[in-house]
Amino acid sequence: MQTVFQKPKALTDVTMHYCPGCTHGIIHRLVAEVLDELNITEKTIGIAPVGCSVLAYNYFNCDFIQAAHGRAPAVATGAKRANPDSVIFTYQGDGDLAAIGTAETVHAATRGENITVIFVNNGIYGMTGGQMAPTSIPGMVTQTTPYGRDVKTAGYPVRICEMLATLTGTTYAERVSVDCVKNVLAAKKAIKKAFQNQLDGKGFSIVEVMSTCPTNWGLDPVKALDWARENMLTYYPLGVYKDNE
Amino acid sequence: MAEKVLMKGNEAVAEAAIMAGCRNFFGYPITPQTEVAAYMAKRMPKIGGTYLQAESELAAINMVIGAASTGARAMTSSSSPGISLKSEGISYMAGMDLPALILNVQRGGPGLGGIQPSQSDYFQATRAIGHGDFHLLVFAPSTVQEMVDTTFLAYDLADKYRMPALMLLDGILGQMMEPVEFKESHKAHMDDKPWAVGTACVKHEKNIINSLYLQPEQLEERNFERFKRYETIKKTEQRCEEYLTDDADVIVVAYGASARIARNAVRAARANGLKVGMIRPITLWPFPEKAIKDAAKTAKAFVCVELSMGQMIDDVKLAIECSRPVTLVNHTGGVVMTPAEVLTGIEKAYGGVK
Amino acid sequence: MARVTFNEDECKGCGLCVNACPKKVLALSTGKINKKGYRPAESVHPENCIGCAFCAIMCPDTVITVEK
Repeated sequence: MQTVFQKPKALTDVTMHYCPGCTHGIIHRLVAEVLDELNITEKTIGIAPVGCSVLAYNYFNCDFIQAAHGRAPAVATGAKRANPDSVIFTYQGDGDLAAIGTAETVHAATRGENITVIFVNNGIYGMTGGQMAPTSIPGMVTQTTPYGRDVKTAGYPVRICEMLATLTGTTYAERVSVDCVKNVLAAKKAIKKAFQNQLDGKGFSIVEVMSTCPTNWGLDPVKALDWARENMLTYYPLGVYKDNE
Repeated sequence: MAEKVLMKGNEAVAEAAIMAGCRNFFGYPITPQTEVAAYMAKRMPKIGGTYLQAESELAAINMVIGAASTGARAMTSSSSPGISLKSEGISYMAGMDLPALILNVQRGGPGLGGIQPSQSDYFQATRAIGHGDFHLLVFAPSTVQEMVDTTFLAYDLADKYRMPALMLLDGILGQMMEPVEFKESHKAHMDDKPWAVGTACVKHEKNIINSLYLQPEQLEERNFERFKRYETIKKTEQRCEEYLTDDADVIVVAYGASARIARNAVRAARANGLKVGMIRPITLWPFPEKAIKDAAKTAKAFVCVELSMGQMIDDVKLAIECSRPVTLVNHTGGVVMTPAEVLTGIEKAYGGVK
Repeated sequence: MARVTFNEDECKGCGLCVNACPKKVLALSTGKINKKGYRPAESVHPENCIGCAFCAIMCPDTVITVEK
């Protein structure tokens, strides 16, 4: 018998602190598999966000810089400009990328920075206990929208892929999901392309990964996947929004 | 053979940074330091460096973090309100033990303030640049030549002690033009950085540049270790100029542009028979406590000359443990004092006695 | 012939693998609790395993090794 599936080398043996069923673990693994397959771990610098995945630097075997909330694309810009031979990726949640870091995100994209951005969108602020995110969908109950997100007072969610696709500087923007095996495999393909683009010097690539937050959605992990499929994916359609080949 | 050039302060610092090995400048326009960015925009592309006009001063300091993490010498420049925007990033840099050069060409404040020079960011630079227990190396040159010399020193000490360095200028120094000599000794001393990330530095297993330490004991230990470095710096890196202080009864303390004005008043006082001297801090952190404390043994009074509501005056009082009277001659908001006003202040310190 | 093995003490009992398996091979243990206090996933019908690795693909903690 041969081993057909095992832990990628780019992942450390440190136990991940994420909640049971949290899809961060799947997404980390996909990134690690891509680093293994492209054989780039040694020259990769990850930029960790503030959020549940703040400790990402403990889970990967590559260099890491821990950035201030939202600033990862700016840190990535500085690192890539100073050291273009390294492979730089940011890993950010919806607060980090779409709230406090919106300016840094938009400008890294419009400058066409040759970096890879992994955007984990679960429509909620996990680490701080489940508050509304810019990507929380209308009607969504969170700690700071206890009666459901009311668009009259809290506005509408922001669709990042669509928004960044309007910028000439964005090379590749795809929205994927990790709610089922088929989508996980497609997500990996997209992530691999986003890294390959950087190796080919093609410019700014972002993969928006629709994810779950069982704990703060108040659902068990399997039901959370169903809820994401029925509610999040209808608001955030999967697909390629930009692809400058 | 050294060449003497007439240069604007802002541009001289930029050129010095390049000669000191900086190949990464991230900035944003703001008066009165935009010339730094404009100069870098012209020079960097010609030498294979990076000039990047960031979307904000906040983004710029984070780009410095990225570049400095890879072991490169990086720089950003701004003025007062823009430095406030960098506050978060600078605190992170201190917690990450990252060296880099930050330039503050001070203008009137608070808030949007004015565009004329001031020295009202002294507290910010030496006490409150960002949250948490930390210090920056703070330099206060007062001539364009000294700005050039200090740039090399700032980078070398920042690298040596693994901390950010801030050069505290003001609109007068940034805008003035003076002859500058770039000497043989003006070289880039760049040592290996085994802690850096990426492929441009020493080969390593895995490095993490981080300021998060969730275990209280670990975070305390990081702070204790950092402050041990600060203690070494306080013992060995205080710098100042002492001018006519040996027999002085009154010591003027001033830095940067106000020191230039004060020097004229000191000369005028001496011409009138008053025994006056000046101590001009060149490092604001570490503050030249030794020199000032020594002077307090014989001097009878101190006069601080500041383009602010009086900030450095606190450090003078602390240095001498309030053992002598310390008074202030000041203007702010962009108004600049005259040597005559400083002389009046000196005479008052003498009790009006000539 | 195919087999899945679990790093039992790393399993958080989330159930994503159980849900993903097309052959109903897996279940969360009823009798066992691991070091973390979770009921770990285990092979209850190993004879049905086809080595598709769907379980491993969905596992957030990379607990599963698949052999074929």
